[in-house]
Amino acid sequence: MSEQQDYEPRIVAFLCKWCSSAGSDLAGVSRIQYPANATPITVPCTGAISPMYILSAFNKGADGVLVSGCHIGDCHYIEGNYLARRKMHLIMQLIEFIGVEPNRFRMSWVSAAEGAKFAQVITDFVDDLQPLGPQDKLKKAERV
Amino acid sequence: MTKKRTGVFVCHCGTNIAATVDVAKVAREMAGENTVAYTQEYVYMCSEPGQESVVQAIKDNQLDSVVVTCCSPNLHEKTFRDNAQRAGINNFTCEIANIREQCSWVHNDKAKGTEKAIKISRSIVRRVNRNKPMDAIAVNVTRRAMVIGGGIAGIQAALDIANAGIEVTLVEKQATIGGRMLQLSETFPTLDCSQCVLSPKMVEVKRHPRVKLLTYSEVQEVTGSVGNFRVKILKKPTYVDPDKCKLCDECTVVCPVVVPNEYELNLTARRAIYIPYAQAIPASFTLDESACLGLNPIVCGKCKDVCEADAINYDMRPETITEEVGAIVVATGFDLYDQENMPEMGGGKVEDVLDGLQFERLCSASGATQGHVLRPSDHKEPKDVVFIQCVGSRDPAKHCAYCSKICCMYTAKHARLYKKHVPDGRAYVFYIDIRSGGKGYEEFVQRTMEDDDTLYLRGRVSRLYRHNGKIKVLGTDTLSGQNVEIDADMVVLALAMVPSKGTIDIAKTLKIGRDKDGFLAEAHPKLRPVESVTGGIYLAGAAQAPKDIPETVAQAGAAASKVIALLSQSTLSRSPLIAKVRRSHCTGCGMCVDACPYTAIRLEGGKAVVNEALCEGCGSCSATCLRAAIDVKNVTQLQIHEMIEACLA
Repeated sequence: MSEQQDYEPRIVAFLCKWCSSAGSDLAGVSRIQYPANATPITVPCTGAISPMYILSAFNKGADGVLVSGCHIGDCHYIEGNYLARRKMHLIMQLIEFIGVEPNRFRMSWVSAAEGAKFAQVITDFVDDLQPLGPQDKLKKAERV
Repeated sequence: MTKKRTGVFVCHCGTNIAATVDVAKVAREMAGENTVAYTQEYVYMCSEPGQESVVQAIKDNQLDSVVVTCCSPNLHEKTFRDNAQRAGINNFTCEIANIREQCSWVHNDKAKGTEKAIKISRSIVRRVNRNKPMDAIAVNVTRRAMVIGGGIAGIQAALDIANAGIEVTLVEKQATIGGRMLQLSETFPTLDCSQCVLSPKMVEVKRHPRVKLLTYSEVQEVTGSVGNFRVKILKKPTYVDPDKCKLCDECTVVCPVVVPNEYELNLTARRAIYIPYAQAIPASFTLDESACLGLNPIVCGKCKDVCEADAINYDMRPETITEEVGAIVVATGFDLYDQENMPEMGGGKVEDVLDGLQFERLCSASGATQGHVLRPSDHKEPKDVVFIQCVGSRDPAKHCAYCSKICCMYTAKHARLYKKHVPDGRAYVFYIDIRSGGKGYEEFVQRTMEDDDTLYLRGRVSRLYRHNGKIKVLGTDTLSGQNVEIDADMVVLALAMVPSKGTIDIAKTLKIGRDKDGFLAEAHPKLRPVESVTGGIYLAGAAQAPKDIPETVAQAGAAASKVIALLSQSTLSRSPLIAKVRRSHCTGCGMCVDACPYTAIRLEGGKAVVNEALCEGCGSCSATCLRAAIDVKNVTQLQIHEMIEACLA
C-alpha cells in the first residue's frame, strides 16, 4: 500500500500553443498549485499530434499521456481539434485493444482562460493514474 | 551533422523561479547534455545586463544555438531571439523553456519542481539540437483596415485610422451606427447630453472620404492572417434606398404592422418600416423583413404606394461583400445581463421594474416619453424610485463574479436625473459599496448624496414584488442593521454588463479567445491590453471588459494607433515555421491535401507541394502523413520524439 502511495506517475502532456499552453500559463500566473507529474510539450495545434507520439510516449515509459487543446469550434487553425478528436478516439480504442488501461490516455479541452481547469485536469489525471501503477505493457524493455 | 554548440541560460527571475526550482542544479544537468557547450545562470536574464551577458556568451563561446529557461515564450521569446540575432546567430535557433508559468509558480515542492524544470529544459535542448536556421518570410501588407462594431469605440477607432490616411471599412450590425451610447440620455460626471456629444462623430465618420460604412451588415467569415485578411460580409437588405429616402415618415403612418421597438428597449412600439432614432446614420428608414407582411405589393405594399421619393424597393436582396484588409479592430460592445436570471428581482416579469438602459430612454428627450420620467405601466410620474446596484455583478456563486465598473456612477447619475425631472420625488439607492475611481467621479457621487438628497442604503435587496399598485422592495440596511421595506413606484436595476451576443459570435468567427467571463481576451493583461492573441486583430471598448466612455474612447484610440503602426510597414515578416515536404518519402497519397484546413497543399507530379503563402504551420498534415514525409519546420516529428524521450528520461 505504501508503495502505491509513493508511486508518482509520469505524464507527457501535449498542449496546443494557442489554448491549453496559454491556459497552463494562466494557471501559473494565478499560482494555482497542481502535481508536478506532467511534463508539457507545446505543439502548434492538437491537429499536429500524430498518434505515433502517444504510442512513442508509452513506449518510452510514460504512465499517462494527455492531449489538451482548444474547445471544439475554437481551434485557431479552424479545424485542427476536430482532426485530433478523431485520431485520439482511434488511439483510445487501439491502446485498449492492446491491453493498456484506457484511463492512461486522456484528452481535454482547456482554453486560454481556463487556468483553474488546466490545474484540475492534471490533478484528476494524476489521481486516476495512481491506482493503476506503472505502465509496462507498451514500455520498451531496458537494453542490456 | 556537426555537433551543435548550444548555450543554456537559466534565469532565476528574482525568486520567482529560484524559490521553488534549484536553478544551479538545472544548469548543472544541462551542462551534461551532449550538445550543450555553455551554461549560465543569472538573477534577471531579461534585464539589460542579463541580455548583454547572453550576447557576449554567444560570441565568446562560438555558440550556434540558445535555450533560455525562464518565463513563458509569450513574454520573452522575441527578446531573446533578438539577442541571438544581435550576437550574429539565427534567431530561430533560440528557444524558450518555460520553467516559470508551467513549473516554478505551480509547484511548491522544490525537489519535484526542479525535476520537472530539468525535464522541460532538456526537452527544449533536444529540440533546439535539430532546429534549422531560417529567415522570416516577408509578406506584403494590405493597407486597409476594418472596424467591426459601430458604437463609440468603433467610430473613434475608424476616425483615428482614417485620419492617418488609411482606408477603413466600418461594419455595423444594426440599422444605425451609434451603439449603446446613442441610447444614453446624459453622461456622467458632466451630465452633458450623450447624443449631442456622439452625433457629430457619427456624421463625421459617415462623411469621411476614407471610411466605408456598412450598416445592417454582419461579418460572416474571416480568413488569412495579419497584414492580409479576407473578410466576407453579409449586407442585409433594408428595402429602402438611403440616397432616395427623404425621411418624410409617410411610410410609418400607413404601415399596419406594430412590433416592439428594440432600439427603445421595448418601452415603445414601432412599425415594420421604421427609423431607429431621429439621429440615425445612415439617415434612412429600414424595412424589417421579419415583421413586414410580405414584401409583396399584392399582400400589402402600402409603404411603397405612399413613398413619393420612390425609395422603397421590395426586390433588394442580401449582398455578400468581400473586403481585403490588413488589420481588424473588434468593438462589438456589451449587453445587459438578462433579468430573467434574477428571479428575486422579479425576473423581468414585474411591471415598472426597468433596467438601466430603459431608464436612460425614459430620461432622453428623444426617448419613449419625450424626456418625461413616467412609469411604463400607467404613464404616471413615479414618486418613489428605488435604484439597485450590483444586480448580477459581484456574485460569483450565482451570477457574474466581476464588478461591472460603471454602475455606481450611472446609478448616481440616474438618481440625479430623476430628481431633476421629478423634484419632489424620493430616490433610494441600494449599494454594496461605492466605486467611484475616475476624474470627478467621487465628487459627483457625493453631490448626488448631499445636494440631491438621495438616500443611499448599504445593503442588498432580497426580494421585490407587486403589492397594492406599488412595488414592495425588501432589503437590508447593513449600516443600521435593520430590514428596510420600501413601497416603490418604479425600480431601476443596475444589471451587470456582459459581452454582447455579437461579441460572442465574432470571437468564434475570428478565432480570438474570450476570458473566463466571456469578454474578449487581451494578449497580455498589462503590456498588450488592446491586442488580441491573434496578430493584426485589436480590441476596443466594452467587448473587452466593462468600461466607461472615456476609457472606451482611449482604448479605441490605442487600438487605432496599433493599426496605423502595423499598416505603415510595407512588408511584414511572417513565421517561416511552415510545412515542408520530404519528396523522397512522399508517395502522393494526398491525405495531407485533405487534412489541410487552408488548402495550402496540392499534388504536383505525384508529390505533395506546399503553397508557402497559404500555409499557417498548424501541422495537421504532418500528423496525418503515414510516412512522415511532411513536417512543420523546427517542430518536426523527429524533434517531438526526442522531446518525449527527454520528458521521460
